[in-house]
Amino acid sequence: MTTDLIVFSGLALVAVASAIGLLASQNAVYSALFLILNFSTVAVFYLILGAPFIALTQITVYAGAIMVLFLFVIMLLGAEQMGYASPLRWQRPLALFLGVVLAAEAIYVVLTNRALLPTGAQAGPTFGSPVMVGEVLFNQYLLPFEVISLLLLAAMIGAIVLSRGKS
Amino acid sequence: MLPVTYYLGLSAILFTLGALGVLIKRNAIVIFMSIELMLNAANLAFVTFARAYGALSGQIFVFFVMAVAAAEVAVGLALIVTIFHTKQNIDIDQMNMMKG
Repeated sequence: MTTDLIVFSGLALVAVASAIGLLASQNAVYSALFLILNFSTVAVFYLILGAPFIALTQITVYAGAIMVLFLFVIMLLGAEQMGYASPLRWQRPLALFLGVVLAAEAIYVVLTNRALLPTGAQAGPTFGSPVMVGEVLFNQYLLPFEVISLLLLAAMIGAIVLSRGKS
Repeated sequence: MLPVTYYLGLSAILFTLGALGVLIKRNAIVIFMSIELMLNAANLAFVTFARAYGALSGQIFVFFVMAVAAAEVAVGLALIVTIFHTKQNIDIDQMNMMKG
């Protein structure tokens, strides 16, 4: 229990610090690298929570594919330093205030409904393994899976059409 | 396993930081990254509940969210590149062509 708590605290610190780094850095490339760090720590959380398949999907799809796409576009456009000086002076304090209110509300809701939350079921050693995830995915969720493939095809065609330019 | 409250609290904090990023930042790409951060926070809550209830459906849902996020990033970045080609800028304060 104590070891769990120490591991959780350390990882949570890294996750929150990298998220703050994403907001604080003026260079978009640094923001992207902070986000990769954040995704990696969340992947470790997934491993702790018995989801090895999702954890590795997180690393390959999110920290790998999606963030490489982000870095490519940032460097393609040379957009590292763009757009951080807002002409609206009141915007930043107001956003900070609203963010604090949102966080306080969310944590208040979680803490006041603690009695309704599950305390943790017994999970077998194969819980979350690729075999079990695949069984559920291809039996119970087969139709959504096929719809997702259609969605990805539509997104691919959309991206090609948008970036083709006028010819 | 640690109490569910810890993970949900962390998820709430990460979600709030993502929302703050959308409110504060002016660079469209960084705003997009903040949206990914929010999706990720929601995924963390999903996986926590999947573990707490011993049900795999939560993990399947995370898988679907990742697929939708990938599609969203592909189209969104293509849109940002197109906007950059027309306006030479991706500052969202500049995108006011529809202003009356």
